[in-house]
Amino acid sequence: MTATAVLRPRARRLRPWRPWAGGVTPLSAQIAGTVLALLILAALTADLVRPVTSAIDLDAILVAPSLAHPFGTDDTGRDVLALSLQALQVSFTIAALAALVAVVIGLWVGVLAGALGGRVDGLLMRVVDFLSSQNHLLFGLLIVVLFRPALGPAGAVMLSVGLTHWLVVARIVRGELLSLRDRPFVAAAIGGGATLGRLVTRHYLPHLAPAVGVAMVLLLPHAIFHESALSFLGVGLPPHDPSLGNLIAAGQRSLLVGAWWVSLIPGLLILAASVAVGTLGEYWRDRHQPRWRGELEL
Amino acid sequence: MTIGIPNRATARGTRRRERVRGVSALRIVVRRLLALPLVLFAVAAMTFLLVALSPFDPEAAYTSLSTGVSEQTRQEILAAWDLDGSIVEQFGHWLGNVVQGDLGHSRLLAGQPVADEIASRALLSLVLIVTALVLVLVGGLVLGVLAAAFRDSPLDWAVRTLAYYGAAAPSFWIGLLLLYVFSVHLGVLPSGGSIDVRSADAGFIDPAHLILPAVTLAVTQQSWFTLYVRDTLLEVLREDYVRYAEASGVRRAAVLGRHALPNALIPFITIAGTRLPELIGGAVLAETIFAWPGLGRLTVEAALVVDLPLLVAITLVGSVLVVFGNLAADLLYRLADPRIREGLT
Repeated sequence: MTATAVLRPRARRLRPWRPWAGGVTPLSAQIAGTVLALLILAALTADLVRPVTSAIDLDAILVAPSLAHPFGTDDTGRDVLALSLQALQVSFTIAALAALVAVVIGLWVGVLAGALGGRVDGLLMRVVDFLSSQNHLLFGLLIVVLFRPALGPAGAVMLSVGLTHWLVVARIVRGELLSLRDRPFVAAAIGGGATLGRLVTRHYLPHLAPAVGVAMVLLLPHAIFHESALSFLGVGLPPHDPSLGNLIAAGQRSLLVGAWWVSLIPGLLILAASVAVGTLGEYWRDRHQPRWRGELEL
Repeated sequence: MTIGIPNRATARGTRRRERVRGVSALRIVVRRLLALPLVLFAVAAMTFLLVALSPFDPEAAYTSLSTGVSEQTRQEILAAWDLDGSIVEQFGHWLGNVVQGDLGHSRLLAGQPVADEIASRALLSLVLIVTALVLVLVGGLVLGVLAAAFRDSPLDWAVRTLAYYGAAAPSFWIGLLLLYVFSVHLGVLPSGGSIDVRSADAGFIDPAHLILPAVTLAVTQQSWFTLYVRDTLLEVLREDYVRYAEASGVRRAAVLGRHALPNALIPFITIAGTRLPELIGGAVLAETIFAWPGLGRLTVEAALVVDLPLLVAITLVGSVLVVFGNLAADLLYRLADPRIREGLT
């Protein structure tokens, strides 16, 4: 090794995320990535892989898993595998949109609090603290029943999840922004006459993007859980719509007569999605932003 | 967080001055209890605001049940439910009633007073939540300490994996699996209700009926807490004072139990207080699965018919519980950390 190689400072930039490069990516993250990719693929191609036959087959009620029905059939004779794939699509879509709602609200509140500071910051953070001391499922329930007539079931569920999950995004955004404010380039921008609006849009937001992106991905399992919990309780999507929560709830009736498969599969799908996203999120966080450890536990 | 070896002489010499700055238990209690009405007011105001902002029309919902009502009857119905006037007037009216101990009347229960119904159900929910809390704390502590003590052993791996999956799985799904295994398949535990309706002297709560709902409610938080205890304990085990104790020949169990654990648990107490709301929300799901006749089930029933007085009241009860949970955490925190008592931090 020559002297110049030792003296040359290592470039400090984010290494591109290349799971296929191998070596640096731990096995757990590789598996999680594969599982998540498969789940998303299954959700996208649900109609091609195994279309739901709406016909109720009374001869095939609660058939145990077999070759014709790998995951069995439900109490109206519908194929559980086809229903689960359809439900995956519905639940993923709703969760992604709900996480988007949460990120938009959280971003606004966090940027306002962090950029304006002072009294506005104090007030907004007090509100955030107060809201996080309340139970979000109770408020989610209230929101969904209030908005269901106007927005429809899916819209109300999205709003309910969004309005109860933005707090963590607001905290992360504010924290990041406060650390950005002390950086020299911000002082330079202010010295150059940048207005607050320009500061936010041109200097703060681009730096906040990674944090917000990770927060949104980590919100997904929570959103899926919240959506399925609401549907399970009977206030979410209408019972005949296949969402993961509805399938689990429908399975409860069958459980009591000994058919375990109707509830098992959708629950396993939620578990797989949530473990995969959690593992990937942790990997990403430890690799790039170890200081978010505490905040991104969600 | 490093704790140096205190100098006895200085500690004693400055104690009097510090006690003045110390936080007394009475002050903690008074401060939390003074905040209670404010918190309740904020929760109620937020709920009314939400109703006002939402497209939901209580007027239509309350009068549409009977078709072809005359204008006069409609007015009477609205007046009976306190729905006449603006939302601010309604809130003021409601607030005035609450101060006098009247939480309003429930639509779900055909006009019964909300307060009576809540009082009769709250105890059942409280029993469930407290049982689950004990399971969370004891289970999480035992498993977390074991995992940390036998770090990187198969036991540690098993505990971590179980906890990881337990925290990620939907609690109601785990509840259904437990229901299938223990009530349907094995038939050893009852599948629902709080008492055995077949026995004449059933009493208030049958312990066998409590097991499944409590475990279902506890599992998510317990998994989370296990991982938390393990991680914090491993962090504390790296501190200088712990390594000093190890180096001076203190037995491993004593290092863990007497030196490391108390310090690992201090931040946890606050966490335990903040996790209480999660248990309240989880109770809604656990009670629904196992037909536990507590507040959680009442919440779902009230939500299905948009029974606002009842929903608002239940939300308030939840908030009261949260405030008392935080109060307990503050007091325990003071008890556990002498530096708080002496006002050193």
